[in-house]
Amino acid sequence: MATTDLSARPARRLGAPVSKRVLPGFGLSLGISLFFVSLVLLLPISGLVIRAGGMGWEQFWFVISDPRVVASYKVTALAALAASLFNCVFGLLMAWVLVRYDFPGKRLLDAIMDLPFALPTAVAGITLATLFAENGWYGQWLAKIGIEVAYTPLGIVVAMAFTSVPFVVRTVQPVLEELAPEDEEAAVSLGASDWTVFRRILFPVLWPAVVTGGALSFARSLGEYGAVIFIAGNSPYVSEVISLMIFVRLEEYDFPAASAIAAVVMGVSLLLLLFINVWQGRYLKRLHGG
Amino acid sequence: MSIEIQGINKFFDRFQALNDINLTIPDGQLTALLGPSGSGKTTLLRIIAGLESAEQGRILFSGRDVTGLHVRDRSVGFVFQHYALFRHMTVAQNVAFGLDVLPRRERPGKPEIRQRVNGLLEMVQLDHLANRYPAQLSGGQKQRIALARAMAMRPEILLLDEPFGALDAKVRKELRRWLRSLHDELHFTSVFVTHDQEEALELSDQVVVMSNGSVEQVDSPLELYARPDSRFVFDFLGQVNVLSGTIGNGIIRQGDAWVKLPRGCDDDDGQLYLRPHEVRLTQQPTREAHLPFRIEAISVIGAEVRIELKPDGWECDELWEVGISHSDFNARKPQRGDRCYAVPEVGHLFCEHLDEPKTLNWH
Repeated sequence: MATTDLSARPARRLGAPVSKRVLPGFGLSLGISLFFVSLVLLLPISGLVIRAGGMGWEQFWFVISDPRVVASYKVTALAALAASLFNCVFGLLMAWVLVRYDFPGKRLLDAIMDLPFALPTAVAGITLATLFAENGWYGQWLAKIGIEVAYTPLGIVVAMAFTSVPFVVRTVQPVLEELAPEDEEAAVSLGASDWTVFRRILFPVLWPAVVTGGALSFARSLGEYGAVIFIAGNSPYVSEVISLMIFVRLEEYDFPAASAIAAVVMGVSLLLLLFINVWQGRYLKRLHGG
Repeated sequence: MSIEIQGINKFFDRFQALNDINLTIPDGQLTALLGPSGSGKTTLLRIIAGLESAEQGRILFSGRDVTGLHVRDRSVGFVFQHYALFRHMTVAQNVAFGLDVLPRRERPGKPEIRQRVNGLLEMVQLDHLANRYPAQLSGGQKQRIALARAMAMRPEILLLDEPFGALDAKVRKELRRWLRSLHDELHFTSVFVTHDQEEALELSDQVVVMSNGSVEQVDSPLELYARPDSRFVFDFLGQVNVLSGTIGNGIIRQGDAWVKLPRGCDDDDGQLYLRPHEVRLTQQPTREAHLPFRIEAISVIGAEVRIELKPDGWECDELWEVGISHSDFNARKPQRGDRCYAVPEVGHLFCEHLDEPKTLNWH
């Protein structure tokens, strides 16, 4: 019996190396992925850095520390921070509503969540500017209580929040869906109040996703251009964002300066995402063991 | 604390999950809710806990109506099939949770909480794992922690939803014994849900058999096994051998098979139910019974040798199963394919027009 079993196996080519991997296609798929990443991400980024690097440290520093540019960093960073914080709260709420409750139109609301991604940002910008203008649908009411949105830094926050809210909703949603209701039931049966259940059972599991969504939202907001410029007013030192500053430098045909500012934005975004990734990896490792 | 269940009806949309359940669960006893999946046993347990509410009916704890009481205020311990441990908390934090969330006035001090947690962890023999996270524990350990967590509030009622369902056979047995001894020591009232009849019979003082949202029978394990009230309970509790046939002149017969009945019934059709240990195997038919078989399979694992029999010259839905002792087996050495005869010693006769079976004795 044993011998017939052996001979039934296909003969292996002599000298052919035995692959230790069971899952096929590792070399091919990784190769294509790396090639593509290099082509569309690494190469352009290196080009940007080389362009900016051509100008020497002193000039680089001069360009990126120009007072008008520094003011735009502040405006952009603060607005992006405010927008992403708002999105963390609102996005969590939206995800909660979409996962936990059944109501008519739920599917539609779920689809609408992605609209800010699908909408051209310029369209979003013009729409928001019209709505929040002094005589716009929202603007006229806000003006009565003394709040100006259009053509102020607040407008920047609104535009940034609008364009990046799906990041939070879409990162939190799957985590919420995966949460077993038993955890909450166990907590309640031990006497915990609803607020305690949220604070001590749900939030600790949700917040890595909230932070990730918030960070993505922040990074996206840093670079937002189309939606912002229509509503920002773009007055120097007050409501100019970085991407506008890059555009201004380009219009002046000062390509190295534009690249230098762009490199700063990119560096900050990359650092932020890297940090979030490392931190989240550690946190999740504890939750899932190992 | 005794539990009184009065006239509970529960619907999920149109589907009636529980149908007029009336039940008393005595104080300090271990009661099993036993039934196949979909029989409503888990729903009933969740209604007792307050995790689910019934459309009709009342739940009383020691005579006190708790129907309208929130699960938070019923102070029952609940153990879930999949443990439901809080993943982001250590074992000790999990066990301490109930004490930690007490309002400040009632909450014991930090040192006392720590002391009580240690005590509970010692009780479940896992005090060395206090600082681990749930993901680092085995299934059996997780369930013991879940139990310690439920016990932290010193509930008088402990409810367990298929507590051993997700564990492998060996751990399950171990944990079963351990729960039994814990129960004997602490005397809380416990109700556990299971679909495993062996587990229910071994562990509990009282078994409630359920099917299709109704209670079929409530009895002690011994009574239940010896005198099942209905076909359902009979079928559900362990292996059973069935001869269905027509009854006439005190004899039930089908094809080549016949059995003389010590007391009969007037019906035309009936079924004779026999447990594997209520049947003897012989080489020749006797004057009382003629049940020819061929031996289909022999399994020597376990305290008894289990022999599967295929009817010869008559028919039945499932193969018969008979247990004989190892010494008997070694003396006779039956082989697969051998012909043999079954002789009933004790049997239960179900007739078409009677709800309850008649117990028959041939000796």
